[in-house]
Amino acid sequence: MENLLEVRHLSTQFATGAGTVRAVDDVSWDVKPGETVALVGESGCGKSVSALSIMRLVAAPAGRITGGQILFKGRDLLTLPDHEMRDIRGKDIAMVFQEPMTSLNPVLTVGRQLTEPCEIHLGMTPDQSRTRAIEILGLVGISDAERRLRQYPHQFSGGMRQRLMIAMSLSCNPALVLADEPTTALDVTIQAQILELMKGLSQRLGAAMLIITHNLGVVARYADRVNVMYAGKIVEQGTAREIYADPRHPYTLGLLRSVPRLDEPKRAKLAPIQGQPPDLTRLPRGCAFEPRCAYSVARCTAEIPPLEAVNGTHRSACWVARELRERAAADAKAAA
Amino acid sequence: MSTVATHSRTDTVPDQAGEVILEVRNLVKYFEVGGGFLGGHSAVVKALDGVSFSIRRGETLGLVGESGCGKTTTGRCILMLERPTSGQVIFEGRDLTTLAPAELRAMRRKIQVIFQDPYSSLNPRMTVGQMIAEPIAVHGIVRERKARNERVQELLSVSGLLPSMADRYPHELSGGQRQRVGIARALAMEPSLIVCDEPVSALDVSIQAQIITLLERLQDRYNLTYLFVAHDLSVVRHVSDRVAVMYLGKMAEITDRASLYAEPLHPYTKALLSAVPIPDPVVEAARERTVLIGEVPSPLNPPSGCVFHPRCPIAIDECKRVIPGLKEVRPDHYAACIRL
Repeated sequence: MENLLEVRHLSTQFATGAGTVRAVDDVSWDVKPGETVALVGESGCGKSVSALSIMRLVAAPAGRITGGQILFKGRDLLTLPDHEMRDIRGKDIAMVFQEPMTSLNPVLTVGRQLTEPCEIHLGMTPDQSRTRAIEILGLVGISDAERRLRQYPHQFSGGMRQRLMIAMSLSCNPALVLADEPTTALDVTIQAQILELMKGLSQRLGAAMLIITHNLGVVARYADRVNVMYAGKIVEQGTAREIYADPRHPYTLGLLRSVPRLDEPKRAKLAPIQGQPPDLTRLPRGCAFEPRCAYSVARCTAEIPPLEAVNGTHRSACWVARELRERAAADAKAAA
Repeated sequence: MSTVATHSRTDTVPDQAGEVILEVRNLVKYFEVGGGFLGGHSAVVKALDGVSFSIRRGETLGLVGESGCGKTTTGRCILMLERPTSGQVIFEGRDLTTLAPAELRAMRRKIQVIFQDPYSSLNPRMTVGQMIAEPIAVHGIVRERKARNERVQELLSVSGLLPSMADRYPHELSGGQRQRVGIARALAMEPSLIVCDEPVSALDVSIQAQIITLLERLQDRYNLTYLFVAHDLSVVRHVSDRVAVMYLGKMAEITDRASLYAEPLHPYTKALLSAVPIPDPVVEAARERTVLIGEVPSPLNPPSGCVFHPRCPIAIDECKRVIPGLKEVRPDHYAACIRL
């Protein structure tokens, strides 16, 4: 299938007092129409900056996109004039942010925030956009829509606000929704509701989704394909099943081993990844994960491993990717 | 290899040794909101509405629930940072709610807390060393300065920090390191009970496991008792011997870990467990899910009868009227539901 979005060699940097931070460093991935792709990683790994780069919302002048292409339906978003980018933003590509309270306008009614994009992007009349707003609120499970349209965001609960954000993102029938930690601020039962809602809607409306999260469970439940990020780079890429059943990067393996799972007998001890996430202004010369890696070899400190195929679409950026499974199994045996 | 590997925790043997160190009886905490000096309506938030449980020495009781369920308030009432509206908090045989301030201060040393947010719970103007040394000096645990500094170094090292970090300020530390400082500070008081209030939820996934492992090691080493307040059911399962589930100021279910996760009784517990995604796409694809409808009601205006009935998949008419008490449905397995 033709790709809806192709991110090619994207690099985004920030100038900080401590030096240049390569938040996203030569990263390539893509999204096919209608599928759900996950960007997984911990804080500072570049997953949010990747999404902001696609929307061209990286805060200048500190941050700027320094290289690469973002091809959306074949057009490079990075070369578009501002007014054309504005037409795409919110219409063809929509974004759902983590913190719904800070991304909604507190002084506009919910109704206005929902109708505005329809009027601007789709040229609807106020009556048409109002009908659309009521329809879309129903779609995201907000009842009593007529009354809700007159309310302000502070009158909504956290879960309701996130539904509202999703409603806004879907109001113009986008082809792609970028969801940045859409449920992290929510309670467990509400998180399940929102994720089910997003998955259901994206299937019904045919929108592709990029989910940005640190929660490996959420990824397993909802994503078709996964990109694991560490220190601004993609370290592993593949289908969800490949990544979880046969992780080929020590970081992915470490993450999976360090989280307790509800469906397994309780483990006597967790196996944490040692050390701290790296300082992006002072990355090592070789692989950024090497200082925390249990499987590193001499080459790891000298050369940055490229993202290479280990098996069909399954790629890993690790010099020991091919032996990782055997070495991990041997380790587990030695520990037991 | 770890030197504490001899202590193994398994699913089958709940740790029933040890006397009851803490007993919470019928704890009630109401907050008055609104009103103000211009008048207006005031209302009462029933943050805790009759909560009872006990913890044995050396065990970990996990306290889970969603925001607003009262789990943090429970911890704060045990620490006497909030005065309970009514009820008893009996710690090592004495009811903390009846103690005079001086007696309470002495008892408090034995109950310490680790907070969720290591960014806001450390003083930005004090070095790590000063922050750990201060309570040691205040409580007169180690009076001589040199010995006190040695104690600080020791606490840093058992918490997995370098002794040289005593001279650092909080902003120079990562989130995980700050949480270790919080742990060292709690340990400085030589407590018997530590209230861990969401101790890992603000941390990155790879760091969470480090802190959990550290807490487990310290528990073995110092025979600590934990009240582990958290919303992450996988983490709670990993650390707890027994688990209590709260909903809207009330206890929904309480039992040992293995029973709670293998055979949850309360419909709310079942829904909570079903909502937790498992990091395995194959397992996830085959899983049945109960997605709860609606949201947690406001504790300002809790539903009549069973507080869970508006969201409950098995509620009947009677649930709107009858307030279910916590009853022993199976041996040592308590749940508050009239349908059981």
